[in-house]
Amino acid sequence: MIDSVIDFLAPYTFLIVGAVKAVIIAIGLLSSVPLLVWLERRLMGRFQVRLGPNRVGPFGLGQPFADSLKLLFKESIVQNSADKFLFYLAPAVVVFTAIVTFSLIPFGKPFEIFDQKIGMWVANVNVGILFVFAISSMGIYGIVLAGLSSNNKYSLMGGLRSSAQMISYELTLGLAALGVIMITGSLNLQEIVDAQKTVPNILLQPLAFVLFYIAGVAETNRAPFDLPEAEQELVAGFHTEYSGMKFAMFFMGEYINMITMSALITLLFLGGWHSYIIPVPDLLFIGPLLVFSVKVFILLCILIWLRSTFPRIRYDRLMTFGWKILVPLAMLNLMVTSVFIVIF
Amino acid sequence: MRNDPNMSEYFFIAVFAVVALVVVAGILILSAVLGPKNPSPQKTVPYECGIIPTEEAKGRYPVRFATIAMLFIIFDIEVVFMYPWAVALDQLGFFGLIEMFLFIFILGIAYVYIWGRGGLEWD
Amino acid sequence: MELLIFYPIAALAVVLALFVVFNKSPIGSAVSLIGLMLCLAGVFIGLSAHFVAILQVIIYAGAIMVLFMFVIMLLNLKDDDNVIWKSREGNTLLTVLTGFLVLGILYKIISITLSADSSKPAKIMESFGTTAEVGKSLFTTYVLPFEVASILLLVAMVGALVLAKTKID
Repeated sequence: MIDSVIDFLAPYTFLIVGAVKAVIIAIGLLSSVPLLVWLERRLMGRFQVRLGPNRVGPFGLGQPFADSLKLLFKESIVQNSADKFLFYLAPAVVVFTAIVTFSLIPFGKPFEIFDQKIGMWVANVNVGILFVFAISSMGIYGIVLAGLSSNNKYSLMGGLRSSAQMISYELTLGLAALGVIMITGSLNLQEIVDAQKTVPNILLQPLAFVLFYIAGVAETNRAPFDLPEAEQELVAGFHTEYSGMKFAMFFMGEYINMITMSALITLLFLGGWHSYIIPVPDLLFIGPLLVFSVKVFILLCILIWLRSTFPRIRYDRLMTFGWKILVPLAMLNLMVTSVFIVIF
Repeated sequence: MRNDPNMSEYFFIAVFAVVALVVVAGILILSAVLGPKNPSPQKTVPYECGIIPTEEAKGRYPVRFATIAMLFIIFDIEVVFMYPWAVALDQLGFFGLIEMFLFIFILGIAYVYIWGRGGLEWD
Repeated sequence: MELLIFYPIAALAVVLALFVVFNKSPIGSAVSLIGLMLCLAGVFIGLSAHFVAILQVIIYAGAIMVLFMFVIMLLNLKDDDNVIWKSREGNTLLTVLTGFLVLGILYKIISITLSADSSKPAKIMESFGTTAEVGKSLFTTYVLPFEVASILLLVAMVGALVLAKTKID
């Protein structure tokens, strides 16, 4: 009986393994969010010459969990004139798209165990990076819907501004990535990493790296491009009317996007899980995963560092900077790269 | 079903999406169940720094945003054209390079026109 | 197996399309339309046309629908309770003609589909639908339409600016 079940399931083993892997990765991603919140608050504390949260648990690690529990028990106010369905849909869209985007990110070398080849990713499709851009561009609708459904002047204005900012910087993001894609000749993120075995792309495409990083910071709505939260002008932008856990969901989405964006930059420009100069043994999957995590960790720290260093940029400057400086530069980088590729 | 190895990958994405959906729905439902509910007339009014709003969030907003969205569509189509070109560039060779430079040149004219006409200004 | 994926997606697409038409609020219509675009992308993936599926999401669901949303936000089209829709006199002929056009296209599609021999599906190459394959055919066989498209985009860009820019010089 059991044998026949096993025989029947045998061809589908990879499906079951993949599904289990997907669930594990989802749990891992979600549990890294509170850690990132903690990291940000501790680092910000240090940058501002104070301690940051250090009371709950060791080093204050329990703080984000305590906070999220508190938010869960808060009343979530939905004001009368709001469009109820869309009001609930907006934070859901933000978190959903943020999580699903991560499914295309590989974060380690594939390894073999029990005759099963296991890749360190949820899915590996041949349109790789375009799929990442496609899903993450859906995240805009969370912000648009939040602005539209709240029936609040600040929300509407904030929603408009944030979405205009996001679409403007999406262009630069796409154009800057093209340089790397040209070098590799593939959209598959795993192949892009494999092509960087000896030299990371940051040395070949320094301008593209800088452009991609700036656009990435703007895409994730982080300081100095955190116009959505320009509290001096817009109270709290598109999430003015949100409270309790729904409010926290917007931030959950933002932190997941931070992780995804840092991972994407690591994959495209920093050589993913390849380590340079210092040799790292494979040890099944631990070595490459560690290298990858360290790179992502450093990028996340830089994101937090940027937040505590730069003042918020003015909105008109933000838009003209995106359209008049970043887009032409990205185009120039693309043209120069293509000439090099064809000639050599 | 055609034997496309990519199909199982999409299945994994679907599994991941279901997990994401469960998480999102779980958070929303939990917070709705656990949170207290004491609505009051003050709470259910749109926030306006303490002033009771006299009208709905009406009024018209700058058309600039719509212009940006239109320009975005066009540039986005352009960028998307470049992806298959970038992937196949080493096979297309010099001919492909000239094609794309012509394409970029024509759109460059439009870009310069918009810049000159003040379409990228934010005033 | 293929149909098991196709039918739910297609059914959802049809339901969403009906929502687009019958929804009272413009926002609701727009959201349904986004869902519809995503369903179409799903259908394309089922046909192994990966790149086209991505285009469907990036261009239609990601860019064009953002413009729709912006217009809704800018005009504050909250609900249309106090707006009575009626067609203009001159539009009746146009509407009827467009209807016939759509019927004709549908007839052609259905007749092609029915005349095809489904027991012997056409052989397709291994790399069908991949981005590299699209790139190769787009930049060799179809290079003229591609360059003409750039002129179309140029016209569109100038048109968009002229329409939206209120204080021209």
